Formats: sequence, C-alpha cells, structure tokens
Amino acid sequence: MLEIKNLHASVGNKEILKGVNLSINEGEVHAIMGPNGSGKSTLSSVLVGDPKFQVTEGSVTFCGRNLLELSPEERSREGIFLSFQYPIEIPGVSMVNFMRAAVNEHRKYKGLSSLTATDFLKLMREKRTIVQMDNKLAGRSVNEGFSGGEKKKNEIFQMAMLEPKLAILDETDSGLDIDALRIVAEGVNKLKTPQNSTIVITHYQRLLDYIKPDFVHVLYQGRIVMSAGPELALELEEKGYDWIKQQLGE
Amino acid sequence: MKAEQQYIDLFASNEALICQNSAAALNTPRTKAAEAFERLGFPSLKTEDYKYTDVQEVFAPDYGLNLRNLAIPVNPYDVFKCDVPNLSTSLYFVVNDVFSTQATPKAHLPEGVFAGGLKDFSLKFPGIAAKYYSQAALYKTDAIVALNTMFVEDGFVLYVPDGISIERPIQLVNIFRSDVDLMANRRILIIVGKNSSARLLVCDHSIDDVNFFANQVVEIFADEDARFDYYDLEDSSSTTVRFSNVYAKQSARSNVLVDAITLVNGLTRNNFNIELNAPGAQTLLCGMSVLDGEQHLDTYSLITHNAPSCTSDELFKNVLNDSSVGSFSGRILVKEEAAGTNANQTNRNLCTTREARMYSKPALEIYAEDVQCSHGMSTGQLDEMALFYMQTRGISLAEAKMMLSIAFTDDVINNVRLDVLKERLRVLVEKRFRGELSKCSGCGNCR
Repeated sequence: MLEIKNLHASVGNKEILKGVNLSINEGEVHAIMGPNGSGKSTLSSVLVGDPKFQVTEGSVTFCGRNLLELSPEERSREGIFLSFQYPIEIPGVSMVNFMRAAVNEHRKYKGLSSLTATDFLKLMREKRTIVQMDNKLAGRSVNEGFSGGEKKKNEIFQMAMLEPKLAILDETDSGLDIDALRIVAEGVNKLKTPQNSTIVITHYQRLLDYIKPDFVHVLYQGRIVMSAGPELALELEEKGYDWIKQQLGE
Repeated sequence: MKAEQQYIDLFASNEALICQNSAAALNTPRTKAAEAFERLGFPSLKTEDYKYTDVQEVFAPDYGLNLRNLAIPVNPYDVFKCDVPNLSTSLYFVVNDVFSTQATPKAHLPEGVFAGGLKDFSLKFPGIAAKYYSQAALYKTDAIVALNTMFVEDGFVLYVPDGISIERPIQLVNIFRSDVDLMANRRILIIVGKNSSARLLVCDHSIDDVNFFANQVVEIFADEDARFDYYDLEDSSSTTVRFSNVYAKQSARSNVLVDAITLVNGLTRNNFNIELNAPGAQTLLCGMSVLDGEQHLDTYSLITHNAPSCTSDELFKNVLNDSSVGSFSGRILVKEEAAGTNANQTNRNLCTTREARMYSKPALEIYAEDVQCSHGMSTGQLDEMALFYMQTRGISLAEAKMMLSIAFTDDVINNVRLDVLKERLRVLVEKRFRGELSKCSGCGNCR
C-alpha cells in the first residue's frame, strides 16, 4: 500500500529525514518510535504534504500513485489521514460545516453525490459514538476551546468520518489521561478493518498496549535504524533509547 | 475651491427651487449650511481624518442633481422585489433621494408611528421635524454634511413616540436609478421615544451602470430606555460613490446597535458619530466588508462618552482582495465627567493579496478616572496552519480559504439581533465570497 524509498526531507537548510525506507501492506499496523527530534513528526508531515518541508530525494508510492506529486487535499481523498499531534483550532468554522465540506469533497472525488443534510447529520451522530464525543462539540467551532482529550477524540472522529486507507496517528497519546487514552485507542481499533493500515507514532509503549502493532520501527537521526515485531517496543521501554545508541555503536 | 465651486454656484442659482420642493424644517438650515460649506471647503488629503480618501477628487465630476424632483421612471416593486424572505418587514423605498409614494406598504404599524417620506413628515409634523432635524448632524464642522443639508429635499423618517415597541422590522431600500450620472443627497431621520424600540434595515442598491454619488446623512435620536437597531447593507456597484454620515444621540439607558455591512461598492466613506449623553447608554457599533477589484472603503468613527457609566463596543472587520483599499480610523473620546465608562474597540483585517492595502488607526482619548477602555487592531493573512489542516481533510485550498474568510467575518454577523436577518446575511455573505453576488439587478441576490 505504502512504499517509502530513501526519503530525504528538509526544513529550510536543515535535513531531518536522511533516507527513510518503509513498506506497509494492507491491514498492517506499524509503530514508529524514537527519541525526540529523530524525525517522527516530520515523516508524518511529509506524508500528508505539509508545505513547510521539502523532499530532496527519494520516493513515496501510495496505492500505485506517486504520492509526492499530489496536493494535501488529493492525498486525503486518496485515503491518507493524519491525526495531528497538535490539532488546529479554527474559530468561526463549525465542526458540522467543516466535516460536511470534507466528506462531500471525498464523495465528489469518488464520483458520488453530496450527502443530504439529514443523511450527513445521521452519519455524524453514528460516528460520534465511536469516540463518545459530546453532541455539543459538533456544534462548536473546530477544536476551539476543546480540551486536550477532546481534540484527540475529535481527530479520531474525523478519521471515522473519512474512513482512510492509511491512518497516521502522530503522538495521539500525548496529553491524554488514562480514560481518554482508552477511548481514543478503542475508537481506532473499532475503525480497523483487514484492508486499512495504521502508522502509530509514539514515544511510549503505553499506547501500544491498546493498539497492537504488527511491526515496530525505531527512527533515529532521520533513518529507520531498527525494525522488529511488537516485542521491540517492550524492549525499548525497558532499556531506553540509549540502548539504541549503543547498538549503533555511538 | 475648484471642486466646491460648482456646488456653490448650483445652490446660489437654485435655492428658491430647492426650498419650494421641500419643507420648512429642511429649509431652515440651508443658507447657514451653504455658508459653512463655503467656509470649510472639502477636506483635503492633508486632513488627518480624510487621509485615505481624496474627497476633492470624488466630488469634482459634474453629477446631475435632480433638484426639480422629476419623476424617475421606475416602479420600485418592478425593479426590486427584495423582501428579505421570512423577515416580513414593512418595506419602503427611496428612489435616489426621493421617497417613493407609489410603493408604500400596507403595514400595520402601531398608532402614532410614522414611517415614510421626510418631506411629507415635515409638512405634517413641522414641530417635531424642526425639533430634531439637523440637531445631530454637524453641518457647521463638516463640509460633506453641509453639502447634504444644502441640497436635501426629501428622505425617510421613522418616528416612534414614547412607549411603543415595533415588533416587525422595517426595511428601507435605497434604489439608485438613473440614465445619466447622478448625485443624490438624501436624509434619514430616526426618532425613537422613551421606552420604545424599533429595528430598521437599510439596503442600498444600484440599478444602473451610470456613475452614482450617494451623499447620505442619518440622524438617530434614542430617548431614555429606547432600543434601536440600525442595519445598513450596501450592495451597490463599482461605479457608486457613497458618503454616509451617521449621527446618533443617545439618552439615558438607551441601547443602539449600528451594523454596517459592505458587500458590493465602489468608493465608500462611512462616518459614525455617536454621542452617549446620559448615564447607562449603550452602543454597539460594528461593520464588515468584503472588498475586491479596486473597491475602496474608508471607515471613520467617533464615539463620545459625555456621561458616566456608558458602554460602547466597536467591532469592524474587513476582507480585502485584489487591489482593494480599506481604512479604519476609530476614535473614542471619554470626557472628564464620564466616570465608569466601558469602551472597547476592535478592528481586524484580512489582506488576501500583496496588492490589497489596509490602514488602521485606533485613537483613545480619556479624560476621566475609573474607566475601562481597550482597543485592538490586527491586519494579516489567513492562518496557514488552519488552511493546511483543512486540506489534510480533503478540502481544496480554494474552499478552505473561502471557509476561513467567511468565518473571519462571522462575529460581526453574530451581533445582528434578529435571527432571520442574521441567517439571511450569512447566506448573502457566503454568496458574496463565492462570487455569486456580482451585482444587484432587481436584487437577484435576495430571490
């Protein structure tokens, strides 16, 4: 589904990704771990087309298409979704209008007609329950005045609405208390199908207790330096990232 | 005195004719206004308050004035069917500067209320007209108001005696209709008595593509405990010049809302001059605009706190596209006797291109102790993070920009104290942003 080859990316003159290779198949859950500043968030930003980053080398293929040629909105319509580490507040744009615009653009892309107001609200109601999101939030402006937990729930709610092929969860566990973490993780699990794939970016093993990865990768200094099964996350938790540095002979 | 001379000459040779076509209350200050006009002259670009609008230039062309009150061949109901739906307004028309008597609604206004032509009102109620007319608008210090006072023959009046609440909003449509370039000097006089309330929506529409000059003066008198909403919607044309001077005098505990919305215009100067003259008076002054092409909007406001414990809130927002130019100059004057004043002013602007220009100047003058005053101003671009966030959800960049621009002006619309009008304005503003509201022709936008 996703094929990343020798990906290099910079912000300004600073190279952050220095040759990332990663291959993800249908239905797989991949965890990407690594210390602060290793390039985890940059990787997710580059995959969704954040204009702040320049790709200087390498390729990314998504479902047979050259992803790097596509605009952020086209990537979304092709089925890539990023749950932001820091969701953006948009004062004055209601959740309903925001989601209706997004869902209808997705439908248009697939050659489907726009949803009627009734059908759309029904869909909102149905998907809201997945993350136990309060009805009141739906009437408010996007993320405005939401608590940390509400913002993350809202990300997963949007994911539920858009049904992506590939979801990238960028530190979805940060800023969440235990209850919210469970709700958010259960939401992600409910949305899992044998066809769609997930990239979970996290510092901690904690989230992976809920969202079970098939593969765990360690990103360090802009490269994936280690890949293994779920046991790697436990080992990292126990030994810390210094252990990685030692393994790399630093 | 180049630009002024044609008006001085025109007045000198037509004063008798003008007076003959008008009423005593309007005729009384005419000569003095002409003297003031000659003395003051138009403000120049060196005049601080008119720095961004070349008044002499815009008044220089030779516009025709319909001093003889010749009937303009138009039936308002034919060219214009804008009854903001579901608002069930009482609908009145002023064609250029003359109140239209062929299209008066069969509205059931409460007894004692007068809504209609200014000339007619002044003939029927000369005492009331003389008591209020030209008592708020300062022709002695403002040449443009003086010019209006010299030439005005008619306009619109809303007179609400004490203790009457008019539930139904009243709508006045100003139609610009002419085959030749035309200047209209019109006047709106609003008197809201003690404990009374009313709401007036004024829409400006240009029907023809000739050059129009609308020089309008609005006087609002809100007596004790009166409540009055004034909504001013300009949807004219790129060939329309509009100078609007709104003067309000507020008595104790009166509550006045002035909301000026500029959807389509050419060159507009909106002046707001509000006096809070007795304790407990409240003002909410706000406005928004969407400008593109070469459109020009110059907003000036002066709110004077003359008495203790009054509140004024001011919010102006502008979205500037293409090569449009906007300016906001907001002055709040808190006099020595106005302790306990609460005054807030906010001006926010969005420039979507590098060519768009916005000039903003807040000015607070405070001579009283124990006051709460604040002001805030910002001019910027759309939030790039928000745009990107929306794109990652599949929303196109163009649509995302549109949604953020609409959201930017939404709090001004939220100030509208009339739900159906609020919803209607939302639709109009959205249409405007989507470019579906190009030009009003028989008000295609409201259908």
